[in-house]
Parts: sequence; C-alpha cells; structure tokens
Amino acid sequence: MDEHWLARPATRKLLWRGFIAILALTVAADFFVTGEPHFGIEASLAFNAWYGFLACAALIVFAKGVGAFLKRPDDYYRRRDD
Amino acid sequence: MIELLHPGLVLVLGGFVAAGLRGTWRKAVVLLFPLAALALVWTAPEGVLWRAEFLGQAITPFAVDRLSRLFALIFAVMAFGGALFALNQAERLELPAALVYAGSAIGVTLAGDLLTVFVFWELMAIGSTLVIWSARTGDARAASFRYLMVHLLGGVLLMAGVAGHVLQTGSAAFGHIALDSPAHWLILAGFLVNAAAPPLSAWLPDAYPEASWSGTVFLSAFTTKTAVYVLLRGFAGTELLVYVGLFMVFYGIVYALLENDMRRILAYSIVNQVGFMVTGIGIGTEMALNGAAAHAFAHIIYKALLLMSAGSVLYATGKRKCGDLGGLFRTMPVTTACGIVGAVSISAFPLTSGFVSKSMISQAAADGHLFAVWLLLAAASAGVFLHAGIKFPWFVFFQKDSGLRPAEPPLNMRLAMLLFSALCIGLGVFYGPLYALLPYGTHFVPYTTPHVVGQLQLLLYSGLVFFLMLPMLRRTLTITLDVDWFYRRLGPAFLNGLAGGLSRGLAGLGRDARALGGLLLRWTERWHGYDGPLSRTPTTGAMALWISALLAAYLVMYYA
Repeated sequence: MDEHWLARPATRKLLWRGFIAILALTVAADFFVTGEPHFGIEASLAFNAWYGFLACAALIVFAKGVGAFLKRPDDYYRRRDD
Repeated sequence: MIELLHPGLVLVLGGFVAAGLRGTWRKAVVLLFPLAALALVWTAPEGVLWRAEFLGQAITPFAVDRLSRLFALIFAVMAFGGALFALNQAERLELPAALVYAGSAIGVTLAGDLLTVFVFWELMAIGSTLVIWSARTGDARAASFRYLMVHLLGGVLLMAGVAGHVLQTGSAAFGHIALDSPAHWLILAGFLVNAAAPPLSAWLPDAYPEASWSGTVFLSAFTTKTAVYVLLRGFAGTELLVYVGLFMVFYGIVYALLENDMRRILAYSIVNQVGFMVTGIGIGTEMALNGAAAHAFAHIIYKALLLMSAGSVLYATGKRKCGDLGGLFRTMPVTTACGIVGAVSISAFPLTSGFVSKSMISQAAADGHLFAVWLLLAAASAGVFLHAGIKFPWFVFFQKDSGLRPAEPPLNMRLAMLLFSALCIGLGVFYGPLYALLPYGTHFVPYTTPHVVGQLQLLLYSGLVFFLMLPMLRRTLTITLDVDWFYRRLGPAFLNGLAGGLSRGLAGLGRDARALGGLLLRWTERWHGYDGPLSRTPTTGAMALWISALLAAYLVMYYA
C-alpha cells in the first residue's frame, strides 16, 4: 500500500521548506512593523523570535536536568518491593 | 419566577434523575439539564436572589454578578459539551456524578457567602472523586482516594478559615479578603489546594489521567477553575499569587516535557494554564483580572477539546502512552483536526481563543511595568506551544507510524469535538461577546499588527526548537517524581518502618517473656515437679529429724 501523502519524504521536505519560509517571513515583517514597545528589549531585532527560541531551548535543557534526578521507570508506584 | 430555580441545583438534580434512568431518557436528561442550567444562568438577573439564615448567619446561596455569571455560563456550556461527548459511556455512575460535580461548581460561583461556598466545595470533591472512581480500575480507585484525601484536607483548611473569618468579622459574606489574619491565610490555602498550586500540585496529574476516556474531560474544567473564580473574588491583587502563578506555569511546562502519557501531559498543562490565571489575579489590575477570567473561560473549552481528542484516541486504541501511539492522522482525521485546533488555541495562536485571552494578562504585566513577570510570561507562552501545542499532537497523531489504524470515535464524540473546535475559533475571531461578559468593561484590542507578528515569531521559533531538539525529547518509559512521592512512598515507607520496628520490638518482648516464662517453668518443675525436692513425700523419720533440727536452731538463737 502506498504511504499516506503526508508521510512521503517529498512532502516532508516541502513542509520543512514552507516552515523555514514562514519563519523568515515573520522576521522580515519586523522591519515593516513598528509597535509601541513597553520595554527597551522589545525594540531589538526580531525580539520575539530569538527570545522564544532561547527560552524554549533553555526549558528543554532544564527539563532534561530535572529529569536526570527525578525520572523513574513508569511502573515505579506499582512495584512492590516487599 | 425564574429566580426560584438555582442553576447549580438544577444540574445536581439532573445528575440524580439521570442516575435512575437508562437509554434514550437518560441521554435526553443529561443533555437537557445542562441546557436548562445554561438558560437559567443567562436569564438570571443581577443581585442577590436567595436569602436565608443558617446558624445565625445571613447567607445568600444564589447571588449573581458579572464575574459569577461568566464562570457559571462556561461551566454550564462545559457540562453540556462533556455530556454530549460522554453520551456513549457505558459506566452508569460517571455521567450522573459529573453532573453533580458540574452543578456544585456552578453552586460555588453563584454563592454570595462563604458557608455556601464551602458546602458546594465539598460536594464538588465528592462528585469529582466519583467521576475518577468510575473508571473502575485499580489505579483509578487508588488515585481517587488519594485525590479525595487531598481535597478533604483542602476543605478542612477552608472550613477552619471560614469559621475564623466569621468569628472575626461577624459576617459570612464573600468579598475581597485581605491577608491579615491566620483565618484568611487558611482560606487562601484551602483555595490554592484546589488550584493545584504548590506544594500540593501533584494531586492533579496523579488523579485526572486515571479517569475514563470521558471522565478526564469533565475533571479538567471544574475544580481548578472554581479555584480561579474564588481567588478572583477573594484575593485579587495579592502579590504572593504572582509568584505562585509563575511557579505553576514553569512547573507545568517542565513536567509535561518529561511526560510520556498523553493525558498526563495535558494534566500538567492544566497546572501551567491555571498558573497564567493565578499570575493575572496576583497582578490585580482590571486588565489582569479580565485576562484571568477570560483565560479561564477560553481554557475550559480548549482544554476540554484537547482531552476529548486524547479521550477519543484512548477510546479507539486503548493506549495512552506517546511511545505506543503515532501516525493516527491516517484513520482519525476529525480527531486529529480537532486536537490541532485545541493545540493552537492553548498556544494562543492568532485567530484562536487563547490569543484573545492570554494577551490581556501579558498586557497587564507590561502596563504595570513588571518587566520580569512580563519576560517570564513570554517565555512561558513559548513553552506552552512546546509542551502542549506541538508535543501532544505530534507524538499522538504524527511522529512515527505506530501501525495502529483505529476508526474515528462515534458521532456524539465527534460532534462534541466539532462544537468545541468551533467555539475555540469563534471566540478567537469574534471576541467581542466574550469581552462584553468580562467583569470589567474593556476596550482592549488584541489584533494589532505588532502583537500578531510578535506572537507568531514567538510561537513559530519555539516550534523550530521543538523539531531541532527532537532527539532530546524522545519518549522514555518513565514518570517524573513529584510531591505525591512524599505521601505515596516516603510516608508509607516511614509508617511501614515504624510498624516493622514496633512489631520487631514486640516480637523481642515476646521472646523475652517466653524465655522468662520458660525459666520460671523450669524452676518450678525442678523444685515442685514430679520428684522435685519440695513435692516429694518425705518419710516421718525425716520429718522428725528436720523438726528437731529446727527446734535446736531456735534454742541456739534464743540464747545467743
């Protein structure tokens, strides 16, 4: 049976290209939009883009760190050790 | 007289009526009573509608203002949507319990005094416990009891606080409460337990995902949002809540990122979303409070929608772990589409309900020049997309091909999802009616070009991070320890240890006693036993000899 069109490698490549194009567009839009920033940092180029990127990367790394200490097998509470 | 009918009690009554019915009548009742409650809330005039006296206190069990109407409305909508989704639930206890639960949540929002709040608060705990219990699995039973214990504790804190408050002020009326006495701290603590605030936040991800495929949908809506409502009414502008809320926001994200069970991901995400509302309540300006209320309203719909799509997957596949799922979009397109609508709404994409509600909280932080709060809220908004907006649909519906080809769920479940999807988009596009219902008048305009562009940047770049760092997010067969470890592991281990020590101690005592007894027995046997020196039958001669010896000794001692 044929693979679903959405799962074909060609489609995935196209989706990635589309995604990257949109990412570029949202940053490009920053040159044409002048808001009323409340805080100085908002005036930096594509603030939301780089801030969102860094915040998420930091959250994932932090979560991994937490996980290193607090992760347990998922039958942890079901196991009886007596 | 429409004021004679209390919407919450009508819904509770509906639960009891439905419990005794089967088949079509039952279906009609569980759909019509929520609609009746909705109509009653909508048409109820503002002001105090019921007055009574209880234990010498004037109480107002039915009072309506803008804030209470907003919450009662969304609770009634939720009861209807949830009932529609759960119409084919075979377990007969669940839906009646859910209606009682929903009705008592409405009861809390329409209560003008703290005593009524307390009564409905406890009824809610019972209703929700029964909903969890209805899953009829061992895990659900255990989880429902842990859940009940936490909520009864919350109820005790609340009752103690209310009693102290009535004693101090002489009034049970429910208005703004300043944190100026132990009683008021107790009330706050009781409210925060239900909001899943730290330190007792673990009850939510522990219990909710154990309910049935339909039960979790109801649970996601009422308990935490009732807590948001009472915090809005009682503790608006309490600075502590800003920090509590921010903690919840990030706690939810971090734990959801580590989670493998699809409904536990969404459960952590409830804590995250309630965190946004609690932060807004802490900021306390009209804009922030409007934002918190609007966000609660929008959140109930999209979180129910997300859990409906997760529930449909569970219903169709019987599986709940991301690791076992994936590729379901092939045969479940409606469920996938509705799940994605829920996911973009919770992520606050423009044109969805999350965008028009969450923006107000961020705006309030900016207006108040709370730079750190604003910065953290923006990071958290990006994190929401990460843990709920992409992670949930990606791992469940796309990811790898799990080989599963389940059919779409029955019509009623699809209709419920489509209804709530329409509400998510509808509120995002036509936000006017929602804004008109908010507690304070507002002229806030969510759709400005900089705001839309900024939000798109924030979300799309967090999406980029997700796909770039996907290897770090690989699902593992793990859970992450939470505060519930203290009462599920440490506490029992301590008590087991104590019991073990005691029984060892007692066993030792027993051994000593037996040893002592044995000694006594041997001694007795030796002297008094068969052939023992003291139980022999001495001869008369020996007796005479011993007597004369005694008399001789007596004589010696007498003259000595």
